[in-house]
Amino acid sequence: MATVQVSEAEKVYILHGIRDDLRVDGRGCEDYRHMEIETDVVSNTDGSAKVTLGHTAVLVGIKAEIGKPRPMVPNEGYLEFFVDCSANATPEFEGRGGEELGTELSNTLYRVFNNKHSLDLRSLCISPGEHCWVLYVDVLLLQCDGNLYDAMSVAIKAALFNTKIPRVNISSDDEGGKEIELSDDPFDCMRLDVENVPCIVTLCKVGHRHVVDATLQEKACSVASLLISVTHKGAVTCARKVGGGSLDPESVFEMTEAGKRVGKALHAPLMALLRQEESLGMKRHKVGFLG
Amino acid sequence: MAVDMRLPTVKSPPVSVLDRKDLVVPGDVITSDTGFMRGHGTYVDEDKLTASVAGKVQRVDKLICVRPLKTRFNGEVGDVVVGRITEVQQKRWKVETNSRLDSVLLLSSVNLPGGELRRRSAEDELTMREYLHEGDLISAEVQSVFSDGALSLHTRSLKYGKLGQGVLVQLSPSLIKRQKTHFHNLPCGASIILGNNGFVWLYPTPGQQEEEAGGFYTSLEPVSLSDREVISRLRNCLLALAAHKMLLYDTSVLYCYESSLQHQVKDVLKPEVMEEIVMLTQQKLLEQES
Repeated sequence: MATVQVSEAEKVYILHGIRDDLRVDGRGCEDYRHMEIETDVVSNTDGSAKVTLGHTAVLVGIKAEIGKPRPMVPNEGYLEFFVDCSANATPEFEGRGGEELGTELSNTLYRVFNNKHSLDLRSLCISPGEHCWVLYVDVLLLQCDGNLYDAMSVAIKAALFNTKIPRVNISSDDEGGKEIELSDDPFDCMRLDVENVPCIVTLCKVGHRHVVDATLQEKACSVASLLISVTHKGAVTCARKVGGGSLDPESVFEMTEAGKRVGKALHAPLMALLRQEESLGMKRHKVGFLG
Repeated sequence: MAVDMRLPTVKSPPVSVLDRKDLVVPGDVITSDTGFMRGHGTYVDEDKLTASVAGKVQRVDKLICVRPLKTRFNGEVGDVVVGRITEVQQKRWKVETNSRLDSVLLLSSVNLPGGELRRRSAEDELTMREYLHEGDLISAEVQSVFSDGALSLHTRSLKYGKLGQGVLVQLSPSLIKRQKTHFHNLPCGASIILGNNGFVWLYPTPGQQEEEAGGFYTSLEPVSLSDREVISRLRNCLLALAAHKMLLYDTSVLYCYESSLQHQVKDVLKPEVMEEIVMLTQQKLLEQES
């Protein structure tokens, strides 16, 4: 993980600021930094999104491929996650440096997103037991400035919203063999229902309080953080503690409540933004990576 | 609780920049006249002098250089820098100052508590980490430049030394305007050190009694909320000015601060607010000049 050095006096300054609900950049404890979202940024994927949160930048691309369903759940498709920690983000990720973080992140994402409560996996089924859609979700970290999980989850939700899976026709020939035919029309596609896809909220315990969307400096002052995924209804679907320190049960409860509140408020503006972007259609001026 | 989500916008450069001949990007032909000498940031391509970095063209007699906009810090003797200790070694500290190589701060070029004429004993060498340890921030002056470009720093003045509570803002060194003094007590209630290396330190204006103890004592008393707000606002103003590539010096920072007062501190970083306050600052600076 990208780390920054912070001197003792700076830490004291940050801690006292959080105690007074005024962080170094003027935010309150439950404020997010300014977030920019753009979908459909990579042309050779089925769905993609780029999210920048402060100086954190994440790119997500989703590719749909036909695969075999898992034997336990023959009538469901599934998602595969891969997180690539680019050495562009920080020189520490060079070579195999980012591998450990990448596996940790993708395991968490797998837990949060690959279940039938988040996404209707049955809609990914083509023919039970034989064929299903597998969504390969590739996350690329372009810049790290704290709060990777939240940025990633928002980007994944946006990319899932943007994903267009071609419709398939299954025809069976005389000998009982099945043939899968993809639709030629690029507009004849299936969209995913992202209503229930959760967003992750990371709460960092700093001093006696907790903050949302911590910067790297604030992260350096915190001993432990709680990561919770929240749906638009405010239901908590997953919780995980990260970091070496410990949290007492009371503060875990407090943090969960705060996370629920913040997470719930995250969905409405995100969906509104995604719909607005979609309604612009071809008129939308693509910004991409050079804007 | 607030979430601000939006679509990215295309940033188009102001028209005034597009027709300025002295700003170049890599590959731009500066001149095809062969009478000029090739300086830093340029190369000769088919007898044409071409820029190899993005920045401003400078001419001294027959020598043409390009000063890059985005660069590491190239220190000169006398520059004020803000840096972070990265290593404690034999008789020296290594300091990160945004230059290509870590700078060194020799034990013999710091003022130790107990007066200027104190002899440095072997004991001092052993307790170096008590004065400054890894992660600490210091302000210092460039004493000399080694042949490989590494800087040697000194803190032999009461205005330099270890930094206490405050906020560090890391910006591009080319945005800092060279001035007679880089230490300012701004009238808005905070102080600022504009390091030539692009590191800017914002801190509450110190009281009288704190300036003793040789600069190694740091107060860990909580900073008042009003000071904090001023510092946070100044920080966001600096970032806004830097985002619009404005030169940073006491007046520009102060004007920017004044223009931002109608907005909340956290809103200053929103793109449209940044643009607005930077425009206001530019206007004020122009008015002041004329």
